[in-house]
Formats: sequence, C-alpha cells, structure tokens
Amino acid sequence: MASGHEAAAGAPKAGDYILHHLGNMTNTGHPQSTMFDFSLINFDTVFFSIFTGLVGLIIMWRIAARASAGVPGRAQAFLEIMVELVLVQAKAIIHNEQSRRFVAPLALTVFVWIFLMNSMDFLPVDLLPMLWQKISGNEHAYLRVVPTADLNGTLGLSIGVLLICFWYSIKIKGLGGWMHELISAPFGNHPLLYLPNLMMQLIEFTAKTVSHGMRLFGNMYAGELLFLLIALMGLASPAMPFTGGVLLWLGHVFTGTLWALFHIFIVVLQAFIFMMLTLVYIGQAHDSH
Amino acid sequence: MEQVYSSVAIACGLIISLGAVAACIGISLMGGKYLESSARQPELMNELQVKMFILAGLIDAAFIIGTGIAVWFAISTFLK
Repeated sequence: MASGHEAAAGAPKAGDYILHHLGNMTNTGHPQSTMFDFSLINFDTVFFSIFTGLVGLIIMWRIAARASAGVPGRAQAFLEIMVELVLVQAKAIIHNEQSRRFVAPLALTVFVWIFLMNSMDFLPVDLLPMLWQKISGNEHAYLRVVPTADLNGTLGLSIGVLLICFWYSIKIKGLGGWMHELISAPFGNHPLLYLPNLMMQLIEFTAKTVSHGMRLFGNMYAGELLFLLIALMGLASPAMPFTGGVLLWLGHVFTGTLWALFHIFIVVLQAFIFMMLTLVYIGQAHDSH
Repeated sequence: MEQVYSSVAIACGLIISLGAVAACIGISLMGGKYLESSARQPELMNELQVKMFILAGLIDAAFIIGTGIAVWFAISTFLK
C-alpha cells in the first residue's frame, strides 16, 4: 500500500519511480545489472531477512519460555496450532523419526520466517525507503524492504534446501548408495543408461531448486509491482484536475485495500507452499528407488 | 526503437494473457473437481481443501512468474 506523502514532492515519471523502488541497496551503490555478479551484496535483503528472522525467533522463544501445561493463553494456543500444523504435514511426508527431529523444526522455521519476510510487503511501499532517504541524507538512496522479492534471497533459500537434500541423501543411503542412485535411478541399472540417468537427475535437481526459488520470488515480485503501480495512481492524483484527481485517489485507496487483502492470502499461501515443498524434497531424499 | 518497443508491448500482453487464461482454466478445473468430490464425500472436505490451496498456489506460480517477468520487460523498455 502506498503512502501519498511523497506526492507533494512532485510526481516523478512512472518508470523511474518503479525502477528506483526495484533497486537494491548494494555495496557498490548501484543495483545489480548483470545476471551473475558474486561481488555484489544486497545489504537490504541481508538486513531485513536477518531482522525478520530475529523477530520471529524472539517472539516464538518468548511464548515458548512462558508456556504452561495448564490453560494456554492466546499466544501459546496460536503457537501450538502452528507447531501442530507443521508437525502433521511433516509426519505425513517424512517417515523417518530421527530426521523428523531436525526437519520438522526446520519446516516451522521456514514457514514462519518466509511469512514474516513476505509480510514486509504490507508496509506502505514508500515508508521505509523514504525514512532511509531522510536518515542517510541521500535523496536517491536505494532500499527494498521485501527480502523475498529479491531473486538472490529466494534462490539462496532454495539452494539451502537443496544442500539439506544432499546431506540427507548421503546420510540415509550412504555416499556410495547415493552415487549408485544418481547413475541408475529413473531408467534402470545398465552401463548404457548411466549417462542418461545422471543427466536426468541433474535436470531434476536444477528444475526443483530453480522453480522452488522462482515461485516465491515471482509471487512477491508481482505483488510488489502491483503495490507500486497502485501507489502511482495516488502519486498522479495531485497533478490531475479536481474530479480526475479525486477519482484516482479513490481508486488508489480502493485497489490498494483490495490488493492488500488478497495479498495476505498469497503471503500465507506461498510461505506454506515453500514449507510443503521443502518437506517433499527432503522426503524424496529419504526414498530409495 | 519504437518498433522494438511495440513488439515488446505485444509480447508482454501475450505473456500475461496466455498465462492468465491457462491459470484460470487450471484453477476452474481443479475447483470444479474439488466441489464435486466434496459433495460426494463431505467428510474429506477439510483435507481436500488444504491440498486444493497448495495446488492453487502451484498453478498460480507459473502465471505470476510470467507476469513479473512481463512487467519487468515493460518497465525496462516502453514504460521507462
């Protein structure tokens, strides 16, 4: 949702406004321009992901520390509902008791953390960037508040899940067993089929990881863009003649509210789907063919 | 450049519209099946609802990734 207080500064061009809001604060001072650039660090993505992670951690730790076996308070009941929700899914997908001790809390962490990161979208799109521009004294400072609307952030998460899958594959099947599966899995165990099998497995892992990260990124990025486009409606209204301006402003408020309400649904759903897919992929690492 | 921009505009429209059509067909097929199956076995309704929402998210994803990319094309060319 948009603020509108920036409108007084004069309406900038639509493309500039959006492009500026899609630039990350990096160590070079310029947003990423090439596909792969390992020398860049997106400070805002790192900061806000750690910040939301800490917020989630502290809240849940506070509730858990005060948990009682008696009549639970509202916070404790909410936490119990979430833990149970994740545990039911984990039990249905991962049948190994021992790895569930690690994977079920991991899934809960993923769910809560991604939900909180996605929730940064509910802040007005100009609030934190404007504050940062005021604080840093640089009128053109870049800042993006949604870590999951940055492809680097979501692909980082999905690659983390991939590494955990590798770890469990090796742990459950042994290094030799896993290597054997890599060259003999989908088509069958025959020397002629080793290479196609390996190619197939590589494609499978790549597709899984990329689609895992892209799905979350795409949803949050599209959501953020729509909030920006809605913000532009409010931004353009002072420059319009009275009736048009009022209509634009009303449209801005109306569509902004509507999209924010719908976005609550998307935010929860995508966090849940990311968690479910994490469980499914780790569960696949437990299956032997 | 105008020529390129107009092609990009048409491409963006195609990406978004075809994705939207496909996602809508997918969601409506699944929603219809969900209603049918929960009419047949109402006791499965809650269980199926969770699965339906997950699948809705999966179906939506391709469309929304397409929309994101199309809008990215748009703002880096003709909306710039």
